[in-house]
Amino acid sequence: MQIRSPDKNWLHEKLAGLGVQLSQLEINELERKWLLVSIAMIGLFVGAIVVTAVSHGIHPPGHVETIDSASLHLSQEFAEDKLGVQPTPLADGSIQVRLVAGRYGFYPREIEVPAGRRIVFRMASMDVLHGAHIPMTNMSAMIVPGYVSEVVSVFPKPGEYPMLCNEYCGLGHDHMWSKVTVVAQENWRKPATGGSQQ
Amino acid sequence: MNDATSTRLTLFNFWVAFGAFGLACFFGMYQVLERSGLFAFLQSPAVYFASVSTHGVLMAFVLTTFFIMGFGYYTAAHSLGQPVWNPRLAWTGYGVCVGGVVLAAIPLLLGKASVLYTFYPPIQANVFFYIGATLLVVGSWFWCAIMLVMLARWKKDHPGETVPLPMFATVANALLWLWTSLGVALESVFQLLPWALGLTDTIDVGLARTLFAWTLHPIVYFWLIPAYIALYCYVPQAAGGKLFSDVLARTAFVLILVLGLPIGFHHLYMDPEQAVGWKFLHMVGTFAVAIPTLLTGFTVIASLELAGRRQGGAGLFGWIGALPWKNPMVLAAILSLLMLVLGGFGGIVNASYAMNAMVHNTAWVPGHFHLIFAGTVVTMYLAIAYQLWPRLVGRKLYSEDLPLVQLWGWFIGMVVMTTPWHILGLLGQPRRISAVQYNSVLTLSWDPYESLMVIGGFILLVSACQFVYILYKTQTAGETLEAEPAAADDAVRPPPAWLNGFTLWNRVILVLMVLSYGYPILQFFVLKTYNPSAWGY
Repeated sequence: MQIRSPDKNWLHEKLAGLGVQLSQLEINELERKWLLVSIAMIGLFVGAIVVTAVSHGIHPPGHVETIDSASLHLSQEFAEDKLGVQPTPLADGSIQVRLVAGRYGFYPREIEVPAGRRIVFRMASMDVLHGAHIPMTNMSAMIVPGYVSEVVSVFPKPGEYPMLCNEYCGLGHDHMWSKVTVVAQENWRKPATGGSQQ
Repeated sequence: MNDATSTRLTLFNFWVAFGAFGLACFFGMYQVLERSGLFAFLQSPAVYFASVSTHGVLMAFVLTTFFIMGFGYYTAAHSLGQPVWNPRLAWTGYGVCVGGVVLAAIPLLLGKASVLYTFYPPIQANVFFYIGATLLVVGSWFWCAIMLVMLARWKKDHPGETVPLPMFATVANALLWLWTSLGVALESVFQLLPWALGLTDTIDVGLARTLFAWTLHPIVYFWLIPAYIALYCYVPQAAGGKLFSDVLARTAFVLILVLGLPIGFHHLYMDPEQAVGWKFLHMVGTFAVAIPTLLTGFTVIASLELAGRRQGGAGLFGWIGALPWKNPMVLAAILSLLMLVLGGFGGIVNASYAMNAMVHNTAWVPGHFHLIFAGTVVTMYLAIAYQLWPRLVGRKLYSEDLPLVQLWGWFIGMVVMTTPWHILGLLGQPRRISAVQYNSVLTLSWDPYESLMVIGGFILLVSACQFVYILYKTQTAGETLEAEPAAADDAVRPPPAWLNGFTLWNRVILVLMVLSYGYPILQFFVLKTYNPSAWGY
């Protein structure tokens, strides 16, 4: 079977025609400059985002992992005795925290994590949509039933932080919050209970 | 030329649009009062979320859709100089839309559809809400079809001629709406309706959110394009000048149409069901669509400057003072552009791939979109109403000063209301709460801003009431208007064919949509997904 190569002349004529049409467009000199400034400005923004995303690995959470929300309590990971701050750090030294979001709280309701260390939150919803946000930090993620939300953050300063539900989840939504206590690295004791790593 | 049919169609659509607008402002006022926590007897999450849902649906779906349809009928008949094609179809579409609004309003007002205006499965609304919303969309497609047919017929009768700019932009908007409403239509027909009717037990929330995101951002451009039409086609003349460039105006509308469609994932940045690569792709598109808006800002300001200098304004800024600030269209354009700049800055933050985490779902977001939508877009809708109402009802505008007071009030109220929201957002206040119930020291810092937003809300309500009053008095008690002479259009050099039609652009959109949504939608049929149980509502 012979595959016909694309007609080079046809493409050439099309492109030349486009070039002629573009050059005939009546664009004011100032406007042409502004167009270039606009494109440069947008290019700068996108460039900054590309650099931080690629070289520093700064991305929004986007960890496509499905889970059966109806049987979270029976699952390997989100069973009641496996929730909260995990006693064993992950291989890279990060602390893992597992939470279940449900009307109207994040369970467990209180957690304590060390400052200055990578914290990997793994969260799943047992009912409807929720959103987890620790104000004035970048710890933010939507919790969509049927999916595991994974988000990584580092809290530099010790203190008490509220974790608020920021997605409408029902009439008790205003009351949905939990407490995150960040303690200095040296004062942090790993919890005795909580699920072991798989 | 505007015949009786197109005038009546426009007027009937505008009545619904602005009636919804006036009503929605009362819901808005209640919400800022309730949310401030200053009045204990108003506290009620049930009433609050019913009110938010109704306010959102009335403003975002009813005001916009009816206004755009009414303005489209006027623009088509006026700029093409031909009567509305198939008036029976137009009235049928109108009836379907009104029927849909009534059907949706009943459960909304009864608190049976408190799912906000972005739906929110697996929280479930009464089935009539989904049927009503679907009918509103289906009815608006009748309008799209009429706009497309009118353009096609005109082009057939006027081969080689340049499509008038307002009609070119209106058809771009009809196409944009057909493309974008498909996402929510698919969600509605294949997911929400079968589920609300009890035909299916569960719903895939990830898929539903992806389909809604398809609609969720381009819909903003559907609302914005009529405002841009006024900025390009009405403002330069009203200011006493002319449009700076016709070709770039067409380019801007085409860019909004093409680039505005495949970018919805910036609403899903924090969602788990889409991977970062797709979010990144949509982020690049989101920034690209800022270019036509930057162009629009430039062209409109340049046109205003030309007008200001013609009227004797000299020096670097002298032309600003020389502009006819007492012309409602010019005043609205200036205030709109100011709010577009402020809101656009917030939008760049929201659209930023990583920065979004700080403000996602906080009060910052309604602060941003109230500036863009209620500020930029609605201000131009109000100015268009002041311009068209006398022609529609054949009477002079009731007052020359009151519209100016009203527009200034709307601007000041919007700034006073949205500034505290931006600050509250940075302080982490969630957007969708009815009261602050957190026993945390953080929330103490929120208090002062809550009172400020109430003042803004009150100014806005007064301004909205003034607007409805002016239209009402014009229609019932205005002096009879003599027919105005038709303005001569400036002859423009014909643009190239690809800026005079949409065939090429539809093909480009198809490719972009397949690239940006193909796999992200397909994945729900490839991955092993678990639909959540229906116990959520």
